[in-house]
Amino acid sequence: MNDVATLHDAVVVVGSFPLLSGVNLTISTPGVTVLTGGNGAGKTSLLRLLAGLVPLSSGSAQVLGVDLLSGDRRLLRRRVGWLGHEGSFYDELTVMDNLQFAARALGRPLDEIAPALERVALSSRSHTVTKSLSAGQRRRLALAWLLVRRPSLWILDEPYASLDDEGRTFLDALLGDVVATGTSIVLSAHDPLREPALRPRTLHMAGGRIVDGPH
Amino acid sequence: MIRVALLVAGKDLRVELRSRVLLWQVLPFGVIALLLSGLAVGPRASVTRNAAPGLFFVVILLVALLMIGRSHSVESRSGTRSSIKMLGLDPAGVFLGKALALFVTLGAASLVLLGGVVVLMHAPFAATLHALGPIALALGSISAGGTVYGVLVGDAEGQATLLPVVALPPLAGILVAGEKAFAACITGTSLVRWVIFLAVGLIAYLAVGILLYGVAEESA
Amino acid sequence: MKTLFQRALGPFALVTLAATVWLGLWITPPDQRQGELVRLLYIHPALAWVALYVSFGVVVVASALYLWPRTRSMTLDRVVEAGLEVSVIFIGLTLVTGSIWGRPTWGVWWAWDARLTSTAVMGVLELGCIALRRANDDPQTRARRSAVLVLVSAVNVPIIHFSVQWWNTLHQGASVLTPTGKLNVHGSQLWTLLLSFFAFTLVYGWLLRSRYRLESDRSSRHDRQLQRAIAERQSEGSRA
Repeated sequence: MNDVATLHDAVVVVGSFPLLSGVNLTISTPGVTVLTGGNGAGKTSLLRLLAGLVPLSSGSAQVLGVDLLSGDRRLLRRRVGWLGHEGSFYDELTVMDNLQFAARALGRPLDEIAPALERVALSSRSHTVTKSLSAGQRRRLALAWLLVRRPSLWILDEPYASLDDEGRTFLDALLGDVVATGTSIVLSAHDPLREPALRPRTLHMAGGRIVDGPH
Repeated sequence: MIRVALLVAGKDLRVELRSRVLLWQVLPFGVIALLLSGLAVGPRASVTRNAAPGLFFVVILLVALLMIGRSHSVESRSGTRSSIKMLGLDPAGVFLGKALALFVTLGAASLVLLGGVVVLMHAPFAATLHALGPIALALGSISAGGTVYGVLVGDAEGQATLLPVVALPPLAGILVAGEKAFAACITGTSLVRWVIFLAVGLIAYLAVGILLYGVAEESA
Repeated sequence: MKTLFQRALGPFALVTLAATVWLGLWITPPDQRQGELVRLLYIHPALAWVALYVSFGVVVVASALYLWPRTRSMTLDRVVEAGLEVSVIFIGLTLVTGSIWGRPTWGVWWAWDARLTSTAVMGVLELGCIALRRANDDPQTRARRSAVLVLVSAVNVPIIHFSVQWWNTLHQGASVLTPTGKLNVHGSQLWTLLLSFFAFTLVYGWLLRSRYRLESDRSSRHDRQLQRAIAERQSEGSRA
């Protein structure tokens, strides 16, 4: 079976600043990989690289079989699910509009929207305009978006940030279900995950590379 | 490509309908610009009538700038751009969809402004109706070109001030041809040359957009 | 050989330019109709030739080659950077000399003449390309966006040219060759005119090369700074 991601001396430069300064990483089996580290360590940049959102400047990287130097990153992006800090929606559209747009764009059946909304406890908000949602509800909508999309790789940028205990428990359970389907998840967090059932592989980042943990 | 285009156009138009930015911000701006143009030209009916086609196209270009900026700021808002990129949509389809939505909203704004041109600037109603075809061709070019310029400017530094510098010079040809076609309708002279010209401009912009939008979007 | 050519380019350009000035101001006769004003013939058409055809052509070709995946290289982007700036200078000089020529001929410094107007639009179009480049810090993003804008602009150039041509023209006809292929100037005037085209093309080549070298040096410095920045960033990781 092909590796989910293989990075060798991966460098990402924006302007004249190296966001990543030589990352070596192999993710070979489905499961949860957690990137920890302080602010500016390069966690978000590595996630954006894995998602095909930023170009690789030097080194080599393959994600889901797509070469990030010479391949079509657009194809990779169709297969990767991304959850950023703010949640990625059109504020003027309703919850349902946003999900229908994503589902139609990816050719996913529209009847998967209702179960996804139910899974994240947002069924009662399906006709609410997205900008009226609270921060926690936006996070849940982003997760529903990913459930509808069914990507091969979930990439979550600090999904636990500003979640209360109930929210953390809900997210742990959801991620557990996703991993059980054989999907890989890479996420960033300031601290290691507290849920041992997810059996996360934790990698510590500093200075734009992975400095601790099994490479 | 067509499926993606219709999907993106539908989404953009729905965003526009819900936010009402066109109704409450862009249209009032267009009407104010038209009024100020009338004041600048002076009260003589013959002068305003002669200047009407040119002033209409200058105002519509200014309105278009606002709407192009708006169309792309919706995509580049924090978080949203990542998600749209993550959908990996066919860039030619995204281009056509955004251009189509821009054309529809610009068309709606034009109808209101043309009413102003007839009432405030004494452009003959029948001639203005006759000019709707060439005006639609010009709006098509402005929409297609503007969509490319919008994605090129993207999230660059000083986006709002950069867009006019990048977009207005290349649209000068469309401004001239559109004005001449409208003026030809008023004076009753032949407008065939200008219509052909506008059609060529539209085809050129559509071809360039379909070919190059993906390259511009990828770097955005 | 290459180095010799590169070293000789500047002096050779200056010598041919000096020869053009000498022939144009002292050797060629004044014109029967235009009098001494005809001496602008040895500057203005050559500047316009470089501004509208040579320099913009170089920028368009370099941009197209940059966008073609097989030929993509930052060398081409440096040519675009250098070419745009030199082109704007030549367009500026074309407009200034055209204006100086137009004042006694048309009685005004600026007329809404087709060629003058489309040259001015070309100038602002290139300024737009430069502005877009300045607004993007990342070299790859800058290169891609600018190459696309240059190509879109190139598609627009005939549209602008013909629209303005049909809109209004006061400009005198072609200076050297009529559309039927008949020569308009003769003798020393013709040779001086042809020399001016050669001289200004050489001056353009020299300026382009000098600006390219400057850009190349800047790029090398950027690469060195980047290597240092990567090493510093890695050491941040080692200290952690």
